[in-house]
Amino acid sequence: MAERRYTKTYEWVIVDGKTVTVGITDFAQSQLGDVVFLELPSPGRKLAVRESFGVVESVKAASDLYSPVAGRVTAVNEKLTAKPELINSDPYGDGWIMKVELTGDLPADLLDEAEYKKVAEAGAS
Amino acid sequence: MVGFGGWELPQQYTSIRDEHLAVRKAAGLFDISHMGRLVVEGAGAESYLQGLLTNDLASLAPGHAIYTLMCKEDGGAIDDLVVYREAADRFLVVVNAANREKDTAWMRRHMPAGVSMNDHTEDMSLIAFQGPRAHALLPRGSSTTDDIAYFAFRPGKIAGVAALISRTGYTGEDGFELFIESGRVGDVWDAILSHGKAEGVLPAGLGARDATRLEAALRLYGNDMDETVNPYEAGLGWTVKLGKGDFIGRDALAKVKESGPRRNLIGLQTAPGDIPRHGAAVSNAGRRAGVVTSGTHSFFLGHPIALALMEGPSLRVGEKVTVEVRGREAQAEVVKLPFYRGSARSAVAPAKS
Repeated sequence: MAERRYTKTYEWVIVDGKTVTVGITDFAQSQLGDVVFLELPSPGRKLAVRESFGVVESVKAASDLYSPVAGRVTAVNEKLTAKPELINSDPYGDGWIMKVELTGDLPADLLDEAEYKKVAEAGAS
Repeated sequence: MVGFGGWELPQQYTSIRDEHLAVRKAAGLFDISHMGRLVVEGAGAESYLQGLLTNDLASLAPGHAIYTLMCKEDGGAIDDLVVYREAADRFLVVVNAANREKDTAWMRRHMPAGVSMNDHTEDMSLIAFQGPRAHALLPRGSSTTDDIAYFAFRPGKIAGVAALISRTGYTGEDGFELFIESGRVGDVWDAILSHGKAEGVLPAGLGARDATRLEAALRLYGNDMDETVNPYEAGLGWTVKLGKGDFIGRDALAKVKESGPRRNLIGLQTAPGDIPRHGAAVSNAGRRAGVVTSGTHSFFLGHPIALALMEGPSLRVGEKVTVEVRGREAQAEVVKLPFYRGSARSAVAPAKS
């Protein structure tokens, strides 16, 4: 499986050819608290890098989700409709949010695991 | 951790959902030591407090507590508080953390000779053990609580440690608020959790406290009311005893009662995902008519709930309004309060207010 990469805004991606799976990181879910609802994009929607594509509602607040890549939405995780808590319990697995087909290159500023850890640690302090 | 009234409180220990459900199904343990604890005593203490507070302490026997508001001359609420009568001339007054300094300044300003007030917020801690099974799940070394009625209290022991045991709370459930010397409170905390662990008892943070109090429609000062809101508007007219004699705000409140409040606090329910947040606009028939004062997703009920302060006469249960959620209008239905009636057998929130 391809390696996971990250954004400074606490999203993660796994790139497999032209298909990119997108979710939010463990740090993001821990900051949000219990997730109760997600507003997800419709398949087919075109997204620009850093475009807001949905909303995650936790008990604390509503937060926008930003697309780490430019592309077209091919699938959203329907399981999250009934079980939004998967975002909390398995953010890197069953809590994935959407799949996007790339329409351009990957952004150059995606972070690897070590770089991301520094960002998350800075955010936590 | 989140800041709350000058204190650092845990939003959650594990998960708000799990802690919330523990309180409703078994019991949860809250550290509420941020609440201010003031002891007022002296020969004139009763008449002094009678002149400051809206509720009537005259018929309050030692060993009993009462929920009341403290208002300004214009009837606006300075704070909501619980007064415990320990003896004829000695009262324990529990106030909101964020209001402690404001309250003590106000109370000192009106204090006559012969009455004293001491702040015990630091040396006396306060924890709340709340849930339908709290009574059954007190640890060994605890006094019997069978004969402590709702809104009554008594000195005793919890897990072998001296405690003032009060059958009060802020969750809608049966349970206890325990006043314990700060040096020993950690022992009691640990004993309650280890004894109850196998039965589903969890430590519960501010998130679960806010969700359970909102389901029970218990008001949160600073959200649901402030100095611009009077008790009748907040739906707390039952705490105002106009016939007890003079008190600060009485004349203004008598006028409000006669003409009817300009605004009313109501309950709203929305579809899953449409969580009304504090400050969101509420519209009725396309016209802005009020504002959400508290809102959350209720894990226990399975949908969002909210309190809203609405202009004009109270809306009827079942009426439809709209509320702003994430920049759009979501439909909401007016529902009866409280949203959920737990195991607490109420002396504090009569059905009719």
